[in-house]
Amino acid sequence: MTDLDTLKSGALAQIDAAQDAAALETLRVEFLGKQGSISGLMKTLGKMPPEERQTEAPKIQGLRGDVADALEAKKAQLEEAELEARLAREVVDLTLPAPQAPKGSVHPVSQVMDELAEIFADLGFSVATGPEIEDDWHNFTALNMAETHPARAMHDTFYFPDVDAEGHRMLLRTHTSPVQIRSMVEQGAPIRIIAPGRVYRSDSDATHTPMFHQVEGLVIDKGIHLGHLKWTLETFLKAFFEREDIVLRLRPSYFPFTEPSVEVDVGWQDVDGRRVLGGDGDAPGHGWMELLGSGMVNRRVLEFAGVDPDVYSGFAWGLGVDRLAMLKYGMDDLRAFFDGDNRWLSHYGFSPFDQPTLSAGVGAKA
Amino acid sequence: MKFSLEWLKYFLETDASAAEIAAALNRIGHEVEGIEDPANKLAGFRVAHVLTAAPHPDADKLQVLTVDTGPEINGGDPLQVVCGAPNARAGMKGVLGLPGAVVPANGMELRKSAIRGVESNGMMCSVRELELGDEHDGIIELPEDAPVGTSFADYSDASPVFDVAITPNRPDCMGVYGIARDLAAAGLGTFKPIDIPAIETKGACPVEIRTDDPEGCPAFFGRVIKGVVNGASPDWMQRRLKAAGQRPISAVVDITNYLMLAFGRPAHAYDLAKLSGAVVARRAQNGEQVLALNEKTYTLDETMTVIADDNGVHDVAGIMGGEHSGVTEGTTDVLLEIAYFDPERIGVTGRKLGLASDARTRFERGVDPAFLNDGLALLTSLIQRICGGEASEVVRAGQPPVEPKVIAFDPGLTARLGGIDVGEAEQRRILTALDFTVGSDWQVTCPPRRHDIEGAADLVEEIVRIHGLDNVASVALPRADGVARPTATSLQQMERKLRRAAAGRGLNEAVTWSFLPTAHAEHFADGAQLWVLENPISEDMKAMRPSLIPGLLAAAKRNADRGAPGTRLFEIGRRYFRGKGGASDEKPTLCVVLAGEKTPRGWSQGKATRFDPFDAKAEALALLEAAGAPVDNLMVMGEAGDQFHPGQSATLRLGPKNVLARFGALHPRTLKVFDVDGPVVAVEIFLDAIPARKGGGSFARPTYTPPALQAITRDFAFLVPADLAAADLVRAVKGADKQAIVSARVFDVFAGQGVPEGKKSVAVEIVLQPGEKSFTDAEIKAISDSIVAAATRQGAELRG
Repeated sequence: MTDLDTLKSGALAQIDAAQDAAALETLRVEFLGKQGSISGLMKTLGKMPPEERQTEAPKIQGLRGDVADALEAKKAQLEEAELEARLAREVVDLTLPAPQAPKGSVHPVSQVMDELAEIFADLGFSVATGPEIEDDWHNFTALNMAETHPARAMHDTFYFPDVDAEGHRMLLRTHTSPVQIRSMVEQGAPIRIIAPGRVYRSDSDATHTPMFHQVEGLVIDKGIHLGHLKWTLETFLKAFFEREDIVLRLRPSYFPFTEPSVEVDVGWQDVDGRRVLGGDGDAPGHGWMELLGSGMVNRRVLEFAGVDPDVYSGFAWGLGVDRLAMLKYGMDDLRAFFDGDNRWLSHYGFSPFDQPTLSAGVGAKA
Repeated sequence: MKFSLEWLKYFLETDASAAEIAAALNRIGHEVEGIEDPANKLAGFRVAHVLTAAPHPDADKLQVLTVDTGPEINGGDPLQVVCGAPNARAGMKGVLGLPGAVVPANGMELRKSAIRGVESNGMMCSVRELELGDEHDGIIELPEDAPVGTSFADYSDASPVFDVAITPNRPDCMGVYGIARDLAAAGLGTFKPIDIPAIETKGACPVEIRTDDPEGCPAFFGRVIKGVVNGASPDWMQRRLKAAGQRPISAVVDITNYLMLAFGRPAHAYDLAKLSGAVVARRAQNGEQVLALNEKTYTLDETMTVIADDNGVHDVAGIMGGEHSGVTEGTTDVLLEIAYFDPERIGVTGRKLGLASDARTRFERGVDPAFLNDGLALLTSLIQRICGGEASEVVRAGQPPVEPKVIAFDPGLTARLGGIDVGEAEQRRILTALDFTVGSDWQVTCPPRRHDIEGAADLVEEIVRIHGLDNVASVALPRADGVARPTATSLQQMERKLRRAAAGRGLNEAVTWSFLPTAHAEHFADGAQLWVLENPISEDMKAMRPSLIPGLLAAAKRNADRGAPGTRLFEIGRRYFRGKGGASDEKPTLCVVLAGEKTPRGWSQGKATRFDPFDAKAEALALLEAAGAPVDNLMVMGEAGDQFHPGQSATLRLGPKNVLARFGALHPRTLKVFDVDGPVVAVEIFLDAIPARKGGGSFARPTYTPPALQAITRDFAFLVPADLAAADLVRAVKGADKQAIVSARVFDVFAGQGVPEGKKSVAVEIVLQPGEKSFTDAEIKAISDSIVAAATRQGAELRG
């Protein structure tokens, strides 16, 4: 065994035994540093005669290469071990709960109003609003309900003790219909609007609350007739419930502000004990439910609103927004709409990203 | 209104079933709210013959009967029945409820049972148990010829009863006769016009009748019938009245009710013996009183029409008769009144007195002004047939307004308004069937009873409803070319955006009542004059809200009471104030209420945290930004309002006057009023105060010009007076070099050890953005110096 062999085996053994990066660095300096033993051997090459150098150089350089490789390999091995150890230290229990961001929600009434706006925008309707504290001229008189009209008494009106500058009694609007008057007075004809909003009746039981939401619809144009009314309501309900089998039944009725007046029933079917809209109400296991009141706008109303009834005709309807929400999304208690119960809001409310669009369908699936 | 099929068929020749008639009624606008078939209720009840009656071995008041119920039951053998009725006896005929039958009065299903050890196979029934009347003293006694074993429903001629909602425009259908006419026009059968009987009269009416109030009572017709016997009305009439929900009283009263329910024509009968002098329709005197038939006394005023004699008021005209002059069983001579009252005046009087009656319902909607003579003849004839007596001639004071309305009708309007083609011949047929007279030139004369017909549109309605609304075909509304145009107003767009932004920030949208308990509303009124309801449904829903905080705060309390650890609610709605000319001023508002725990206790961060005013500030700013408000220009100022904690609340303003929002912790006193545990923080954003974007905004953004050189950051720590607002320091510092300083942000505030009393240390991170060239050391020094100088002017000194 030559000296070089001895040196090599010694060096490799030492490298292999190194415990950490610092020990390894010490060895590197000891062998390959400027003053290192192998570096020293390299320096001897220059003083050797050529023949000897010929034979010794490969050996010494080989030794240097082997030691350098061993150092490198050991370094990698030590780093790997250190990483492993660090990872072992850094283990966390990911079954523990993550911080929770609160989830917000959009109220079903707002969601449904957005759906209505979207559908009716496609049919060319804009959204109109009016005051909730109204005067009795807009709420009744202009809608062909004179002071002594028996229908006034049927409205369960909330009154204020106040009168306005024109002597009209102030009240909480009992329907969204006064927005018809205001819109026609402001915009004239032709006009297509929906007017959603809060309305008030002094009525409170399991299915009535003193405040609820209605959406009014109004179309005034030349040549408008009952067929247009039927189509509009059918088209709307099909779009709203996203089903093609919506069947309407029109029944004659009476509202002072429309002539002819039409009560609209919609067919439903029993699906697992729930009334689901769709299908012919006369079919077995089906039924009709009263959904909304409507009719051709009474010419007196047009006159009150300054629209020429000999040129224009049109139709109007009024529909419960809360009721629509209940039918579509399955709530069964109207009073809960106005309670602000976190649990109910989370259960029936909508994600802010459920923005109704026509391309995605206006409804938000459960 | 309710009526039996049997009664309807008296006026309508028809083979239609009850279901077919109900469907037709719905189709022509008379909504059927229910059909009650007494035959269903009476299933299992049969005419029975009591063969023997023996005392019960174990009970004094009970008897053991053997009862024959005909060949169909029990193989024709008699049944044993235990009965407690005192009138049960051998030989009588009655009604037996068999096991399985359900007693109409109480819903109890009969069973075969043992009563004190004796088997009983059913129950002998009383009138009340079968809901045929109030009697309950004993079991029903049927005449001897009642056929044993017959179902009692058949025996009693039980007829289905319709309950129909008559719309207020159709008083002519508040009688069975009018409904029959409508049904006949709709093809349900043949209308049977009533024959008006000729009355044999004896002598002039002995009572003077006048109308001194021709406005309220244009016509007052009357006659006297002497020598009547006012016993019970006949069974056929009682049956019809009971089916209609009217309790039989005495023959004369029942007959007037019968006229009303059959023909929609109220009339009144006075006991002649109780009248004195002329009977006059006149205005009441202020304060005059009358004891009405409902045994209540009403105080009248001079706007009300009454019927009176020398002794005083006997009748609130058209609404309710008086107790004193009403007929009784002892009445022998009656004065019949059939009058026409002004509908509006009846309505006003009825509302003033708070007095509702079947007569008022009809008079205020308008009775047939052409039916006074006929109605009186029918009334007289019925009384004479049932009660006997001699009729006087009729006295007629005044005349009803029977001038017929004539409408020039264009049959083409039916298609133009109704959207349906109905042949002219069919249109003519329908109108004629409804008793309109149609001239060859389409001049349509309306029957005077149809007060609801005002113009051509009403005739279209008549034609369409009888022809069938279901025949109206859908016709698409014409639509504008191309894609639908946006329709939302800027406020609507803002509200929609805000709603979803707020929900996206983890808030739940609530909808709370617009009205509040007055105390809650007052607490937030800030001196505004509230809108307070005159007739609230409860004291908790009385005053219109001047703020959205109370509603959400009450909801937060309810949530806390239900055990919710934390509540984050928002609402977008209106606040109600006084506007111009007595109108309302309704301000669109967004409100946020954060109550309870913000984060629950947790394994990583320890204790639960509660909401603080900065949570409110964060919501306020984020939502204002979503609403498009220029948040960088907002100033944080005071005066959030007395409802807020004075040291932990602020307003956000654009300029000193324009308050866009208020936010902060609620005042402990507010929390006390609402009985809520604090802290609770709230935000109210006044949407109408947010300025619209200039020029409406455009789609293109400003050109993107990122700075070429990297920004540098320098930190400064200042000692400032403890009461100096951080924003004042930041604004001053930021203003030191408007070109170079792009941001200044407080990153540390400290008071206490090492900081002198009355001072605090505020550390600000300044970001400097070089332009074309990097800053030189000298330039940075100059900027730093001006920053320190600006801070010094705010009373700050640089910390060493």
